[in-house]
Amino acid sequence: MSETVAQTISSAEEAAFQIDRVRQFVDKEIRPYTSEFDKEQLIPETLIKKLANNGYLAGNFPKVYGGLELGPLDYGRLTEEIGRVSPAVRSVLTVHCSLVGESLLRWGNTEQKEKFLPGMASGDTLAAFALSEPSVGSDARNVETSYTKADKGYLINGKKKWITMGARADLLLVIASCEDQVSAFLVDSNTEGIKRSQIMDLMAGRAAYTAEIEFDNVFVPENHLLGNEGGGFTYIVNTALDHGRYSIAWAGLAVAQEALHAMVKYARKRKQFGTGIYNHQLVQEMISNAVVNVEAARALCTKAATLREEQHEDATIQTTIAKQFASKIANSVANDALQVHGANGFSAEFIVEQLYREAKVFEVIEGSTQILQQVIARHGLTRFHK
Amino acid sequence: MNQKEQVRQFIESNLIVFEDEADLKDDDNIFQLGYVNSLFAMKLLNYIESEFNVKIETDEMDIKNFSSINNIIALLDRKLGVTE
Ligand SMILES: Cc1cc2nc3c(=O)[nH]c(=O)nc-3n(C[C@H](O)[C@H](O)[C@H](O)COP(=O)(O)OP(=O)(O)OC[C@H]3O[C@@H](n4cnc5c(N)ncnc54)[C@H](O)[C@@H]3O)c2cc1C
Repeated sequence: MSETVAQTISSAEEAAFQIDRVRQFVDKEIRPYTSEFDKEQLIPETLIKKLANNGYLAGNFPKVYGGLELGPLDYGRLTEEIGRVSPAVRSVLTVHCSLVGESLLRWGNTEQKEKFLPGMASGDTLAAFALSEPSVGSDARNVETSYTKADKGYLINGKKKWITMGARADLLLVIASCEDQVSAFLVDSNTEGIKRSQIMDLMAGRAAYTAEIEFDNVFVPENHLLGNEGGGFTYIVNTALDHGRYSIAWAGLAVAQEALHAMVKYARKRKQFGTGIYNHQLVQEMISNAVVNVEAARALCTKAATLREEQHEDATIQTTIAKQFASKIANSVANDALQVHGANGFSAEFIVEQLYREAKVFEVIEGSTQILQQVIARHGLTRFHK
Repeated sequence: MNQKEQVRQFIESNLIVFEDEADLKDDDNIFQLGYVNSLFAMKLLNYIESEFNVKIETDEMDIKNFSSINNIIALLDRKLGVTE
């Protein structure tokens, strides 16, 4: 990014958060290269630095820690703008800002916040959230990665898998168990005993350094325990996943919105049977469904933002509802957008190819569609019986 | 409404308790009864902090402090130093 754009952006931050600035940044720094990141399976370090310089790696952090102090709605819109063009770059925000950042903000003590948050904001410390394991996914309470007490700290042993940014991150929030207690640890990824390998050629999140991480007697100092011992699942994981779901709700909306744009742009240009394909009513049906679904997802995300802002007791369930819906319609809209593109939709020259691949993962991460359906049904059963 | 009734009402509004099920007792462990899921633990914590204007410290985050109506009231008494 040129100096002038950078300067305009930082002076805009002084005033108010302007989504147009984010759009300019995304169009210049991410959009032209998104399929390149995907092919090379990496996010360039220069881009990570630029994201940090604009405050985007700490959009939701308070200013005292170097953040932009955005409220839930603005943070959601930031997530959307980046997520429209590169789900991989957006996933950095999901794990770094939402899952790890918010858990630290909520449960970290002053010393931990001061130690980690400024570095996370400046991009010097990239963070990842390590919960899932080869044999443990939805049933996350039963993590097998274990910890034992050691002199002045803890020793962690086990294996994590599917960790977004895991191969690149400097800081790992690791969930481990000791007998029936689950606890959360802030672990420096360069500690002796940690072995990380990027899982290559994934259908989604290819550029997001998704990794398998092994822990062999990894020492973690006492003061790197986040929250209290035993509170790792009930409090830390639930806080992290609530924020993760909020991020994925906007990520789903982002993919659907971008797919809708791509679909309309293509339908207006492409001609078959002597007319623009947009004139064919069955193509119009796909456009119509996409418009309605995007509007509905946006309304749900916005409502979740409002309730989060108010710290309303229904904020969590509303977030779950928004994530559930947005992740599903991301798939249907991306699917239809690819259909409208015909053969071109299969080429990386068109963004729908990437959107289609990336959408499916939203239905699996941060609580799968089936797990969230049970949570939402429970809510329905307690709320609507009178 | 006193604190205990407020807490009870909040918990009951979040339980799946059908008409033929027994009433919630003050000492019932709401987590062990399986009436609530782990998401409720966070919701309960947020409710207690905002409704009674207290900050639950990390060392008080023990799930035992929140497992029954009586335990919650005991925690609130310790924090607020008063009983209604
Ligand atoms: C690209 C990518 C990035 C990821 N990033 C991270 C990360 O950063 N950190 C991290 O910790 N994890 C990460 N994950 C892992 C992700 O959180 C898990 O995939 C998710 O929790 C689901 O677990 P699982 O894949 O083991 O599926 P399983 O839990 O084995 O589920 C398989 C299927 O069974 C269904 N199922 C399971 N239990 C039930 C039930 N009780 N009722 C009905 N249906 C059920 C599920 O819905 C699913 O359809 C990532 C995964 C991917 C693909």
